[in-house]
Amino acid sequence: MPEPDAGVISQRQSLVAALRKLLPEYCVIDDERGLRPFECDGLSAYRSLPMVVVLPRDTREVSRVLALCHERGVKIVPRGAGTGLSGGALPLADGVTVGFGKLNRILEIDTANRCAIVQPGVANLAISTAASPYGFYYAPDPSSQLACSIGGNVAENSGGVHCLKYGLTTNNLLGVEMVLMDGEVLRLGGKQFDAEGYDLLGVVTGSEGLLGVVTEVTVRILPKPSTARALLLGFPDNASAGACVGEIIAAGIIPAGLEMMDKPAIHAAEAFCQAGYPLDVEAILICELDGPEVEVDELVALVGDLARKSGATTIRSSTSEEERERFWLGRKSAFGAAGRMAPDYYVMDGTIPRARLPEVLTRIGELSREYDLPVANVFHAGDGNLHPLIMYDSSIPGALQRTEEMGSEILKLCVEVGGVLTGEHGVGVEKRDLMGTMFTEDDLKQQQRIKCAFDPDQLLNPGKVFPTLHRCAELGQMHVHRGETAFPDLPRF
Amino acid sequence: MADSLAPRDADGLADAVRWAVAGEHPLEVIAGGSKRDFGRPVQSAATLSLTAFDGIVDYQPSELVLTAKAATPLATIEAATAAERQMLAFEPADYAPLLGTDGEATLGGALACNLSGPRRIKAGAARDHFLGVHAVSGRGERFKAGGRVVKNVTGYDVCKLLSGSYGTLALMHEVTVKVLPAPERTRTVLVFGLEPVDAMEALGAALGSAHEVSGAAHMPAEVAACSAVSYVAGAGASVSAVRVEGFPASVEARCGALRELLGRFGALEELHSKNSATLWREIRDVRAFAEDNGPLWRLSVPPASGAAAAARIADAADARTLFDWGGGLVWLGVNGAEDAGEAAVRDAAAAVGGHATLVRADAPTRAARAVFQPQTAGLAALTERLKRAFDPAGVLNPGRMYAGV
Repeated sequence: MPEPDAGVISQRQSLVAALRKLLPEYCVIDDERGLRPFECDGLSAYRSLPMVVVLPRDTREVSRVLALCHERGVKIVPRGAGTGLSGGALPLADGVTVGFGKLNRILEIDTANRCAIVQPGVANLAISTAASPYGFYYAPDPSSQLACSIGGNVAENSGGVHCLKYGLTTNNLLGVEMVLMDGEVLRLGGKQFDAEGYDLLGVVTGSEGLLGVVTEVTVRILPKPSTARALLLGFPDNASAGACVGEIIAAGIIPAGLEMMDKPAIHAAEAFCQAGYPLDVEAILICELDGPEVEVDELVALVGDLARKSGATTIRSSTSEEERERFWLGRKSAFGAAGRMAPDYYVMDGTIPRARLPEVLTRIGELSREYDLPVANVFHAGDGNLHPLIMYDSSIPGALQRTEEMGSEILKLCVEVGGVLTGEHGVGVEKRDLMGTMFTEDDLKQQQRIKCAFDPDQLLNPGKVFPTLHRCAELGQMHVHRGETAFPDLPRF
Repeated sequence: MADSLAPRDADGLADAVRWAVAGEHPLEVIAGGSKRDFGRPVQSAATLSLTAFDGIVDYQPSELVLTAKAATPLATIEAATAAERQMLAFEPADYAPLLGTDGEATLGGALACNLSGPRRIKAGAARDHFLGVHAVSGRGERFKAGGRVVKNVTGYDVCKLLSGSYGTLALMHEVTVKVLPAPERTRTVLVFGLEPVDAMEALGAALGSAHEVSGAAHMPAEVAACSAVSYVAGAGASVSAVRVEGFPASVEARCGALRELLGRFGALEELHSKNSATLWREIRDVRAFAEDNGPLWRLSVPPASGAAAAARIADAADARTLFDWGGGLVWLGVNGAEDAGEAAVRDAAAAVGGHATLVRADAPTRAARAVFQPQTAGLAALTERLKRAFDPAGVLNPGRMYAGV
């Protein structure tokens, strides 16, 4: 992280006093006990006490806090529910963490336009709960959906089990109200389908709190599907499970969810919650189909046939909601189960071309033996998003470091086979230093110029995403030899 | 005579941009040229053609991704995906007939203009299927963003920013898009004789149902009369259309359920695959407006307000209307208005919340009027800063969207 600015820290008391002129006493936290809960997000291996925490209650307060910090050159770290897994909300010792817990109201459920307007601190699942009486729901469903906030979802472009069919956060957003670092309030999009001008909403979504602070969110809501059923499929090896996924897609089926677990993950989950998974297989697939009953029944039968042809030894299809939920129970408990098997676990998040899965799993197995750290793999098989869970014991000196090294090797492997560093958890601080494995210096500089257009002083969440901080003035320079250059090789008509 | 550059590879593109920057030669960027008259007229010293960037680079049907050079014709992409029973789900339009050009629509052009057809309401816009890009910035530097997998949050989503940037930020030369299985069967339920307000309610009821509607349009009688589908053209009344696609049994069941749902609104008819395909292609390409060449506006508004916006404009100007996206997309051909209907259109968009684009008008009108929605001061300033972040010398399609951008 950037070296904390001693000058800014020395002005802390004066900053707190100025913030208390903008916000009531209870919305400005500066005592150590009060700050402690904010020291980390879901990537708890990284911790740092923020200089101050503020909890604004409306857009105007957010704008005033940012304008004040901008004027004083103080950095800002936005924070949703703190469930992020890449350290995007990791505080700065010389920065103000802005929490959105008090902006937690659902402002409108508009069924005629099939959208909902909510404040950023509203929990993901709360939107579906509020829309449910009208027959609608909000589709993206990250596994932390009970707790994670929609503002955080926008920042991270969160996915979830159902994003294969229904898309990520970015595909389900219509508009935001956003505050720039200098306090300016902007509206991007609205209730209409397409935003005007450049797709600023698109680039802000998934920008990990580096471009602006979102103070209101308009999301699409969808009619609830009439039926959902799941299949539980067991395979004698990873390759045949992977091949079955290819067959399902080739048959023109886009399941609502298509999840794979390898043998260590199956055994961990089964020991944890007795979901009834077969233990004599190397891999399972959970395939959920939703839609009209006649379609779901037809596709359940079809997927069962494809699984049989791919060599499945277990084929079960749910015949009740309870059974469907039981199929999912083990998958949804996979992280908890990993936590039971070892004192600590580390969740990785890379995406690979699906066809490369068997070889990637083999290589991960080799790394696991090399580093002597057990790994269980859960996999959003439909879209190639792999979550290896590395189990370790942080009380052993050096164990965390070895775990991180092994994690880096896995992510480099994802890039090597044509994939990417992160499918849904974000870069944050966790994968920042790996960006160079995927992007050239010019690629990253062009991205940082976008940052400069939004936040020229680079006060918003610095130290995340980009391995090297460049000054905006330096990034803006262009070396041009004025006057007519020959360029004799330019082909012309 | 203006120079015409046609680089053959990415390094050649970078050279061309550096030449333009060094000599202060603003470039008009074109590929197939089918949408050359869309946007404000560009004051350029040279034309930069991307036509050499043609061809599918890599297509992995089982991974649901396709990589192609940016100027690959959409027809080539569509033939390749159809052979694998897949498609570009955002249903990109071909505006060549509408804009009266003989150019060929390309994949890069569809992405650069974020052109999405009727299926936008279910499958998303072009920008939602744009996964990765290789491009040259207005600095003459090659860069890439995104990837070749469907799920990726590594770095900023630069593809989104480039879609709908009309070639003003960077020269895209290779793009990766998501493809999806093509539906086995299509059915369209028609409802006859509805006034726009009732039609929007009917379309809203269909879209609010669990029947996974993938097209919801309304054609007033004079627009319906232009259709090549006899059931539509011969109706002698307005026609509202609702499309369902997918596996045969499911489509039949949903079609039946929709007939039940929509029966209370008016008389019904059902189109099968061929007629259905013809009708939705006409709606996608706005064919009803291709025969005249008057000013044509495209309004993007909250769907439930589509009829209200159109009615407001009809009060002030002589206008013909086509509604798509359940009312969220309103096409308006304006006749005889001195300002091409701008005042009435902007007023209506402001009243219901939304924005309007002048998709077609003669060059003097496009130079004199705001083609894209005028922005608030804050958005305009941010737009300018982004333009400078990619193209500080202003050599890429300068002024195409906004003066000075």
